[in-house]
Amino acid sequence: MFTHSKRLIVTAATFIAAGTALAESPNLGRVATPEEIAAWDISIAPDGAGLPPGGGTAEQGEAVYAAKCLACHGENGAGKPNDALAGGRGTLVGDQAPIKTVGSFWPYATSIFDYVRRAMPLNDSKSLTNDETYAIVAYLLQINGIIGRGEQIDASTLPAIRMPNRDGFVTFARGK
Amino acid sequence: MRRIRHSPDEPAVGANGLLDRRLFLRGGAGTALALGALSSGSPAKAEMLKVEPWMKEPGSPFVGYGQPSRFEDKVVRVATNPPNAPGTGATRTPLHRLSGTITPNGLHFERSHSGIPDIDPNVHRLLIHGLVKRPLVFTLAALSRYPMESCITFIECGGNGLQLFQKDPAPLNAQALHGLISCAEWTGVKLSTLLDEAGVAPTATWILAEGADAAGMSRSVPLAKVMNDALIALYQNGERIRPSNGYPMRLLLPGYEGNANVKWLRRIKVTDGPTMTKDETSKYTMLLPDGTSLQFAFPMEAKSVISQPSPGLTMTQPGLHDISGLAWSGYGKIAKVEVSADGGKSWAPAALQQPVLSMALTRFHMAWRWSGGPAILQSRATDETGYVQPSRNELITKRGTKAFFHFNAVTSWGVAETGEVKHVYA
Repeated sequence: MFTHSKRLIVTAATFIAAGTALAESPNLGRVATPEEIAAWDISIAPDGAGLPPGGGTAEQGEAVYAAKCLACHGENGAGKPNDALAGGRGTLVGDQAPIKTVGSFWPYATSIFDYVRRAMPLNDSKSLTNDETYAIVAYLLQINGIIGRGEQIDASTLPAIRMPNRDGFVTFARGK
Repeated sequence: MRRIRHSPDEPAVGANGLLDRRLFLRGGAGTALALGALSSGSPAKAEMLKVEPWMKEPGSPFVGYGQPSRFEDKVVRVATNPPNAPGTGATRTPLHRLSGTITPNGLHFERSHSGIPDIDPNVHRLLIHGLVKRPLVFTLAALSRYPMESCITFIECGGNGLQLFQKDPAPLNAQALHGLISCAEWTGVKLSTLLDEAGVAPTATWILAEGADAAGMSRSVPLAKVMNDALIALYQNGERIRPSNGYPMRLLLPGYEGNANVKWLRRIKVTDGPTMTKDETSKYTMLLPDGTSLQFAFPMEAKSVISQPSPGLTMTQPGLHDISGLAWSGYGKIAKVEVSADGGKSWAPAALQQPVLSMALTRFHMAWRWSGGPAILQSRATDETGYVQPSRNELITKRGTKAFFHFNAVTSWGVAETGEVKHVYA
C-alpha cells in the first residue's frame, strides 16, 4: 500500500541524486473527481478491468455490424475497402502473405471491446452503447469461429476468452 | 596557406571515388582551394551579370507568419491514405530536399489514425489517474507555468522504411521510403514532475497514454522510461506544437517509436501492466518467419540514409560531390557513419556535423569524386553502444520479410552512367 512517507523517501533520494536544491513543485493540477475519471477512463485491461455493465450476442451484433461496420469492413468481416476482420488463421507462418485479423492475430479479446468503443465507427466514434459494443465484439468473435452465435459476451465472459494467437507474442529484447 | 594535394594524389579513402572527409572540414580559403583543385575541369560558361528587377524595386511588405520562397513549392510533404479515410494515414518529410538536422515544423512527418483534431487549447485537459495518490487534472495554462525543459530529438514512425521488406526494390525516393522521420527541438514539462505531484504507487510499472483524437489513440509505456526522460511537449522548434503533431500537447519519449509519442494527449493512467491496446498488439509488432511476433520494441534502432544524392536528384556532372545524409539511434548518440560507393565492398568514415546529440538526427558528409561511371552508394551507422546498422540481407535473415515495422537496414542508391539515381538492392 502506498503511503505518504514513501513519497518523502523517493523525493529525498531524487534530491540527493540531482545534487540541487529541493525545489517546491508547482502543484498546479486540481484533484479529479471520481465522476470525471469515470467519464474519460475508457481503457480496458487484459484482465477485463474497466469493462462496463451490459452484454450482447453475435446474433444481436450482426444487425449492428450491418448498420455500422459493413460498409468499410465487408460481408462477414471479409474486408474492403478497409481492414479484414475475419479469417487469416494459419497465414502467419512461412513465406505467404500474412492476413492479420481479430481472429488470426489479436492476442486479447478485451482489446476488441476497447478499440471498437473508443475508435469505431470511424466517422462517429464513442457513439456505440455498451450493449452494442458487446454485441459487435461477440459477432467478430463468432465470424472468426471463436464463439457460437448465442453466447453472451459481457464483463465476465469476455476476459475469459482465449484468442487463437494469445501465445504468439514475445517481448522484444535488443539483439533478437 | 595549406597546400592542397592534386590528383592523382587526391586523398582517396575508399573505392570508386570516396575522398578524405577532412576535405569538407577544412574551413575558409583551404576549402575553396580544395574544391577548385578537385573540380572537374571546364568551368561553367561565362554569363553576363545582370541587374535584376528585385535589385531596383522595393520588395513585398512584411507578413505576420512567414512562408518559404515561392520557388520552393516542391519542398512539401507527400500523403498516403487508406480508402475512405482522408485524415487517416501519413505524410512524409522530403528528406532529399532538406539539409542540416532540424525539420521545419510545416514539413514534420505526420501520422494520424482518425484525422487531425481541431482542439481548443482553453478546453483541453490532461488527466493523470490510476495508481496514484491524487488523480490530477491540468489545464494548458497550468502546465505553461511549470519549469520547461527542451530536447532536440527525432521522432520516427515504427513503419518507416517498410517498403524495403519487399522482395524487389520499390522504385521510390528517400522521402517515400524513409520520410517518416523528422527532428525538432521539443519543449515542455517533465512528466515525472507531474507524476511526483500525483504520487505514484509503488505497485505501478506502466502507464497508458491516450489521445483526444477521434481514434483515442492509446499506447502503454514502461514507467521507468516515463520517469527517466518523458516530456509533456508544448512547443516544437520554439512555437506551439502544430495541430498535426499533437497541439496543444503530446507525449514525447526520446528514441521511442513514433506511435508511442501519443499526440493530443488527454489522459495518463498509471497501471501495473500494459493495457494491450490495438496499436501495441495488432499493429507495431514484428511478425517473424516462425509466426511469433516481437512486441514492445520501443527504441528505434540505429539507422542511416543518404539524402543527397538520392532518387530524383539526377547527377548532372562528374567531379566532386558531397554525399550527405542522416543517421540516428534511439539508443543514444551516433558514433560513426561509414559510406560506400561500391555497394558495400569498401567503406570510409564520413564527417559528422557537430554537435552530435543523443537520439537526434546526425548529419554526415562524405567527399566523393564521381567518375561518371556506375556506383552504388550506401551509408552505415554505428551508435555509441557499438551497434552497427545491418545490411538488408542481415536484417531479413534475422526478421524475415513480414516484420513490417522497424526496418533499419542499409539503403542502396544505384547511380547510372546517365546520372540517374535509383533505389536498388545490393
